[in-house]
This record gives sequence, C-alpha cells and structure tokens, in this order.
Amino acid sequence: MKIAIPVDEKSLASNVCVSFGRAPYFLIYDTETKESIFLDNGAAASTGGAGIRAAQMIADNKVNILLTPRLGENAADVLKSAEIEIYKTATASAKDNIDAFIAGKLLLLNEIHSGFHGHGGK
Amino acid sequence: MKIAVLSGKGGTGKTLVSVNLAAAAKISTYIDCDVEEPNGHLFFKPKDIIEEEISVNIPKVDGNLCSGCRRCVEFCKFNALAYIKDKLIVFEDICHFCGGCILLCPEKALTEKEKVVGRVQKGTSEQVTVYTGILNPGEPSGIPIIKKLLDENEHERDKTVFIDCPPGSACIVMESIKDADYCILVAEPTLFGVHNLNMVYELVKLFNKPFGVVLNKCLDGENPSEKFCLEKNIQILSRIPFDNELGTLNSNAEIAVRKSKRYRMIFYFLLEAVKKEVHHEATSDS
Ligand code: SF4
Ligand code: SF4
Repeated sequence: MKIAIPVDEKSLASNVCVSFGRAPYFLIYDTETKESIFLDNGAAASTGGAGIRAAQMIADNKVNILLTPRLGENAADVLKSAEIEIYKTATASAKDNIDAFIAGKLLLLNEIHSGFHGHGGK
Repeated sequence: MKIAVLSGKGGTGKTLVSVNLAAAAKISTYIDCDVEEPNGHLFFKPKDIIEEEISVNIPKVDGNLCSGCRRCVEFCKFNALAYIKDKLIVFEDICHFCGGCILLCPEKALTEKEKVVGRVQKGTSEQVTVYTGILNPGEPSGIPIIKKLLDENEHERDKTVFIDCPPGSACIVMESIKDADYCILVAEPTLFGVHNLNMVYELVKLFNKPFGVVLNKCLDGENPSEKFCLEKNIQILSRIPFDNELGTLNSNAEIAVRKSKRYRMIFYFLLEAVKKEVHHEATSDS
C-alpha cells in the first residue's frame, strides 16, 4: 500500500505542508517495502488548477491513501475518480502521521473546501 | 472618443466618476466592464433592456476516440484536464477556453461545447445608452464578456463612450482599456490609496495611454495621492470633495449630476478637462 503526504522538506521527519496543491514535495511511503520517495510538485508554481495537477501526479504514482490537512474540491474529484482514500493529518510530522494511520488513528477527511480559485469564490 | 475609468481597488469612486461623466455628457454610452460586480445600472436604472447570453467553447471528450495519450493534459497550462483510470476529466470551471487542447488532440477526440458564462444587457437612461456585463459566479474569466461589450460599441464611434473598468490591474483591466483614447485614474486620499493608484499608473504607462487623475473623497489637509501626482508630474483633472450631500445621493443610488447643480458643475468641468486632454493628444500625435 502506498501513502502520499504533502511535505515541506524531503525528509520523513518533515512537517506536513498546510497546502495540498502548493506543497513543494510529496512523500510517498510504501508500507510493504517501508521505502519512501519524494516527488517534486511541479504544480506548486502554476497559476491555477494546482490541486488538479498535483492530484494527477499522486494518482499516476499508484498511491492508495492520501494524508493531508486540507484539500480543494477539484483535487478531491480527481483523487476520488482514482479511488484514492483521503485521511486528515493529525500532527505536524509526516512520520507521526504515517504511524497514526497504520495504527488506525486517523479519520477520513470529509470537509472539502471549495478553494480560492476563480474570483467568484466569495 | 473612448474614456476608460480605472482604480486599483473597488470602492474608490470609479463608478461614481464614470456614471456622472456619462450623465454630464448627456448623449453618451456607459459601459460597465466591472463584470463581477456591475453596479452602474443601479444608478442609471436603464429602461428597455435587451439581454444577450455570452458563451464560450470548452472541450468535450469522446471517450471512444480518446487513446489516452495525455497530450492535452500536459498541454493545458491551466491544469483543467486530468486523466484518471482511462478517462479524461474536464474541469469546466478551471478551463480558460483557449481551445488549444481541441486543436492538438491527435485522435480528434475533443470537440467544442458551448457554455454560458454570463450576459450583456443594453438599456437606456435619458440619453445615455447603458451596457452592463454580468459574469456568472465562479467563472474564471470575464474577458469574453468585456470583448462583447467593447465590440458592440465599435460602430458607435461618434458618441463619447465611458468605460467603467474592473478594479485592479489584471489582464481583464488591460482588455478594458485596450482601445481607450484616454484613461482616468480615480484615487483616494490615503496612503493605501497611493498604493492602489500606483498599480493603475504603472498599467496605463505600460500601455502608453494618455491619462489623468481624479482625486476623490478630498478633505482638508494632507492628501498622499495628490503628493504622489505632484511628484510624478501627473495631471490632476479634478478634486471631488467628500461631503454629506454626495454621500447621501450615492447611497440612494442617485446620479449626482442629475440631482445637484453643484455636482453638475464639478463633472461638467471634469468632462471639459478630459476632452481638452484627448484633443491635445490627438493633435500632438499627428
Ligand atoms: S489528446 Fe486526445 S487522445 Fe490524447 S488524451 Fe487528450 S483527448 Fe485523449
Ligand atoms: S481549452 Fe485550453 S484551458 Fe480549456 S482545457 Fe483545453 S487547453 Fe485547457
């Protein structure tokens, strides 16, 4: 099973990034091999639709689970189509969240925000 | 003659200035390009309204033709496309309808689909023709509506046209001032007002448009925007005082020029100053 987390730095000890689409890196942790890799988020600097692009990359890396503090509507649509389950992070460090998830202590993320994209989002 | 009225943010009096100038000119055209929050019509209360829907072309995928090459996904710089589990997903609210993906799809799996993004209304208020652009909430770009509003007026060259621009200096504002003969920048007398003024000042300079500033909400004492104009050698066209009379007229959605003799004079002089400037530009150009 592969778990993805948006992170600020390329390290297991890194903090979870507050933003999904704008996270600089994604940590992909494989629970079978216990290996972790870091993906550069090419979408971080794009002007719009960053969440969609980031979600596409997560899906392309055959991830099963995403742990994130928050998520936009469009990214959630992509991830749901890819049948990726989304859980809400509970603590600051990426490593702690992986452990908490494996121990069954994380909850499904159910509040999806409509994002700040477009200008009509008042 | 086309005159665009701009400001760095909403609420500085951009609508006040453009509405009253159009009313002072008597036979004129007023175009509300502030399509996210058009409010000129609240003042003009136009009659005999004709409305037209504005649509754009967004891509629609034929799943049977799509080979999954993902070229469209890579291409779209707005990230409006995703390819998941052998299916292309189009995010209609993110798509900026550039049409690129439709052109490049090697399988011709993408075709155009019409999507309504807003509407344009035309009406009259005394002898002013009033155009209002209205963008549907959540749409990414009001540019198709602005284009329609301005194209519509190409043939009315003889009348004076006042363009109430969207606030700020983004590409939608550039679209609004593109064909303007003259730009009026409306500024508030605060430090924050100077910051906003500077934004639109940079823009009109970039476009090489002749321009002048209207200082709004003027009180006695220090006016940082005025100082800015003097430092940069910018023409000050008018100083609109901040008083109860104007405040009341404004909050009742009345056009000051049509209600108050004093304001009729202020805007009449402003109009003359602008005309003189435009004329001066025209002669010094040739
Ligand atoms: S470019 Fe055409 S064929 Fe390729 S993924 Fe996009 S829609 Fe499908
Ligand atoms: S039309 Fe342009 S913006 Fe819309 S999906 Fe295609 S490439 Fe992206």
